[in-house]
Amino acid sequence: MWNQDNLYLEKGTYCVMRLRIKFRKYGSVCFISHLDLMRFFQKAIRRAQIDVAYSEGFSPHQIMAFAAPLGVGLASHGEYMDIEVHSVTSCKDVMESLNRASVPGIEITSVKVLPDTAGNAMASVAAAGYTVRFMEGYVPDETVLTKFLAKEQILITKKTKKGMKEVNLKEGIFQLKMMGKEIYMLLDASSSGNIKPIHVIEALFSDIGEVLGEDALFITREDIYTNVGSEMGNSQFISLGEVGAGI
Amino acid sequence: MEIQEKSDSELASGLQDNFIEAERKLALSHKILMRVEKPARYIGGEVNAVMKDLSNVQVRFAMCFPDVYEIGMSHLGIQILYDMFNSMEDVWCERVYSPWVDLDAIMREEKIPLFALESQEPVKNFDFLGITIQYEMCYTNILQILDLAQIPLNAAERGENCPIVIGGGPCTYNPEPLADFFDIFYMGEGETRYRELLDLYKECKGQGVGRVEFLRRAAKLPGMYVPRFYDVTYKTDGTIERFAPVEDEIPATVCKELVKDMGSVSYPVKPVVPFLKVTQDRAVLEIQRGCIRGCRFCQAGQVYRPVRERDVENLKTYAMELLQNTGYEEISLSSLSSSDYSKLPELIDFLIKECGERHVNISLPSLRIDAFSLDVMGKVQDVKKSSLTFAPEAGSQRLRNVINKGLTEEIILKGAALAFEGGWTRVKLYFMLGLPTETQDDIRGIAELSNKIAAAYFETVPKEKRGGNRCQIVASTSFFVPKPFTPFQWASQCTKEDFLDKAYQTRVAISEQLNQKSMKYNWHEADASVLEGVLARGDRRLGQVIRKVYEKGSIYDAWGEYFHNDRWLETIEECGLSVEFYTHRERALDEILPWDFIDCGVTKEFLIREWKKALAEETSENCRQKCQGCGAARFGGGVCVESR
Repeated sequence: MWNQDNLYLEKGTYCVMRLRIKFRKYGSVCFISHLDLMRFFQKAIRRAQIDVAYSEGFSPHQIMAFAAPLGVGLASHGEYMDIEVHSVTSCKDVMESLNRASVPGIEITSVKVLPDTAGNAMASVAAAGYTVRFMEGYVPDETVLTKFLAKEQILITKKTKKGMKEVNLKEGIFQLKMMGKEIYMLLDASSSGNIKPIHVIEALFSDIGEVLGEDALFITREDIYTNVGSEMGNSQFISLGEVGAGI
Repeated sequence: MEIQEKSDSELASGLQDNFIEAERKLALSHKILMRVEKPARYIGGEVNAVMKDLSNVQVRFAMCFPDVYEIGMSHLGIQILYDMFNSMEDVWCERVYSPWVDLDAIMREEKIPLFALESQEPVKNFDFLGITIQYEMCYTNILQILDLAQIPLNAAERGENCPIVIGGGPCTYNPEPLADFFDIFYMGEGETRYRELLDLYKECKGQGVGRVEFLRRAAKLPGMYVPRFYDVTYKTDGTIERFAPVEDEIPATVCKELVKDMGSVSYPVKPVVPFLKVTQDRAVLEIQRGCIRGCRFCQAGQVYRPVRERDVENLKTYAMELLQNTGYEEISLSSLSSSDYSKLPELIDFLIKECGERHVNISLPSLRIDAFSLDVMGKVQDVKKSSLTFAPEAGSQRLRNVINKGLTEEIILKGAALAFEGGWTRVKLYFMLGLPTETQDDIRGIAELSNKIAAAYFETVPKEKRGGNRCQIVASTSFFVPKPFTPFQWASQCTKEDFLDKAYQTRVAISEQLNQKSMKYNWHEADASVLEGVLARGDRRLGQVIRKVYEKGSIYDAWGEYFHNDRWLETIEECGLSVEFYTHRERALDEILPWDFIDCGVTKEFLIREWKKALAEETSENCRQKCQGCGAARFGGGVCVESR
């Protein structure tokens, strides 16, 4: 089905390629919401003249799935978007043309073709790594972290649609460590157990009797991971960007 | 890993165009941006936003739409001027919008100066602050802009280092209520004189002649109104006694500027594409300027005369470039009356073909409902989901003759029947209440016409085809506000009580109709219409009212929830003025009107003729049927020189 010079699949064969697009989001564009970012990419894909696949129906939309929404104000080095295309010349071309169609602060860093067996970006998400930079005077002490992690339960109350709910964060904090003046954390990001980094920081600070707003931190998502481990408790995380291959 | 590394090096080559810029420093801190609603309003950096190297820039122009980002970004005029200015090598034009009320409070508290989106630098350091004045209810927002920018509100208080504050847009056709706050008003279309004005500015700056001398020289350029060089005196009854220049060489009348040949000006085919979902979230193609129709209530129909079409081949090219440069999934045609564009079928055929292939939707506002437009709309939109819009503006044929709206009941009913056959079930109707000479019969006519349209549905669509549905006729009324440079500029405006009584009469009349279950009625709020009337036909003395109302805390008057009517009424009284004087009073034909010194193209004789014909219930043909001698022919362009 492939033509080596110009990989192309006939429309109507239902055979399309899935591309996984990895990108960074930094600087002023951190203040763009997830919804607006999706709209941005829909337009960027048109500007880049990528042969994207559309859904059926009266108002067709581009077939596109994002791994995990990034909160407003957060930067990221590892965001993922899967799209379906009818044809591509090469992954390199897609990346370059998307970058030409982009704005400063939204930067495509890799494009890969997904194997048929790969789950979509959103369903695959198991964990996400974050670094947290603090405003001056707020950097926590190493011993605070040790104490925090030694607790049997880390309870927070979360606002939900139905009211307040108590949640235990402990299970979902896979890693938490100081890296110089920053904190690195690897958190559960699956649909059932997603933890926001701000929740962890808030819990940490409430332990030492301080309140720290989201506006006193700079949070960067480093990467998003899928679990290729065999069972629960035997997790093996690999980056979503490691799935697939270049053409 | 191998692939990853390769990608990184390739990245650099692909990024050259877009990433020359290091991270722009934002004017607002992370902390503030995290506290406000929709921070993306304030960050700039959108697709096609223009960044320039300051070492090549000699004139910095801040272009402002004094309302929230989502409204301001939807405005085509700003995109046209932004594109024009930035095509000039020595000029950098940036955008400014009103900070929303949450950020407004923070900026005041922390004394953060208003900044432009592109450079994020304070507006007070710019050479010009251009403000487009699109509606009367934004006047307090203009003062908000000046105040947050830390520019003195009154032009007379501004020092040598303040930007030149220049106004444009439809409300400048009566700039007098705002005269205190602007250094210059640019009358008419921006494409023609800005280059000359900027060159004069550079010259004056080079000579070091100072602000007032620059303004004096600017006042002698065509199209420029510099309020400080004009003086007004009033009679004891409050009307104007004399309006005249205070210096010899300042012109007594200011003529609007106009692009004679639309082919001679460029089109913004690379407009800024916002991240946020804005009101007009689509590519916009301006197909013509002006309108041939001459509806007597409509200011745009008079002041943008004569109609000038853009070349259809140019429009096709613009459309394709627009879509490629923006990535928009929808394109819309812009004009006062698209059906009057002579090459409309050719343009629409082209768009349907090209857009279909690209999954781009076409939006067609301001189309007359007839067989052609229904056929086209059936092709480009989901009939079941969309509604049809008619704007009869008045309920009876008699009143439609008064306002010269050439839409007859027969045309409406025929169009509606065709639409119902085509599968549409929802019809929107727009009317005005309070038009000159309006009677109770005219008001009843609104209900009766709506009823006849509903009846047309039941007659046209057989029961078995209705699928249990009925049609939905939504009638909406707004209150008529007389505007300068229309034949109704002398007319009495209704009082609030009159307006509300008329809306009540309409509501009762609709509820009495046979098909009232298929009908819905919406009406506007009356307070804002009264105030709009005060400002629309006001004079210079209203400047103090606007300033006081602003100082009492009013901004965003156009947003119902922030409009404090009592504050306005109380302040008008404090200043010794009256709402009645500006609105309800019928003006004499020989009264000096505050905007009489402006020459907008149509002559006063023509407007008087039309006013008299209106009262005699006589209609006038449109520009293509028969020239009415309005005066705009002297520009020598558009429909006036077309071979008929």
